[in-house]
Amino acid sequence: MTITMESRPSVMPRFDDEDPGRKLAIICSKGNLDMAYPGLIIANAALGEGVDTHLFFTFWGFDMITKSRMNDLQFSPVGNTAMHLPGHDAHMPQSLLPMPGMTAMATRMLKKSIADLGVPEVPDFLDQIVAAGGHLWACRMSADMNDLTPEDLRDDVAGIISAAEFVEMTAGAQLLFI
Amino acid sequence: MAVTEINGRSVHVDDEGFLTEYGEWDEDLAKLLAANIGIDLTDEHWRVIRFLRDDYKDRGETATTRRVQTVGGVSVKEQFALFPKKPGKKMAYVAGLPKPHGCV
Repeated sequence: MTITMESRPSVMPRFDDEDPGRKLAIICSKGNLDMAYPGLIIANAALGEGVDTHLFFTFWGFDMITKSRMNDLQFSPVGNTAMHLPGHDAHMPQSLLPMPGMTAMATRMLKKSIADLGVPEVPDFLDQIVAAGGHLWACRMSADMNDLTPEDLRDDVAGIISAAEFVEMTAGAQLLFI
Repeated sequence: MAVTEINGRSVHVDDEGFLTEYGEWDEDLAKLLAANIGIDLTDEHWRVIRFLRDDYKDRGETATTRRVQTVGGVSVKEQFALFPKKPGKKMAYVAGLPKPHGCV
């Protein structure tokens, strides 16, 4: 169907108005379950806005793309003074938090809260990000430090690259370090 | 809220142009909305649009791309192919719904 200019509504969303070259680079350096999510949520949102999005996994963030570890990210309340008892403003005393089983329990609870919101687990979330056109890059130094090769990583990791290559590739991008 | 004309029909829209009245939409209007943003509707597009309409009726909230995949059964990849660049917003626009508010 063709539509003439006269029949276009006077108010309509400007889907293609933004800078077509907008690019976002996200450096994911943490492997705690709670710190894995911010980068993924922003990446997913950016892709949904048509932004060319690149994620660089480095140091502890490498666990997010390592096959043997990506399903086992954990969350610990130890050292996190913003951690409250569920549904309360009260803190748990830090001295009690290193108790055996605490990390497993906190991880289970966080996973449940995230799942209740319909937000996927990390590997599934990365599947979605790649399906939406996002690019995953692995840090060369982290791979070397952990003796990991491409076979150890998610199949959709686009490459193991140096920091300089990542910087070059994301020239002009907005950059987030997490 | 504003009123805008689409092919001689008056509809209520928000500041950005998304329809605000669920009942003012019908399938003929969807074809015009889609044409406005350069999309020719195929059966695959209609599958998404009908899911969004039904889901909104049930929940009062526009489904996100995630939900269109997990509940609606249309993969994110396919959504990007059908509604390029900004599938979440474009799907909502054509379906006559507010843009999705969910983060994921």
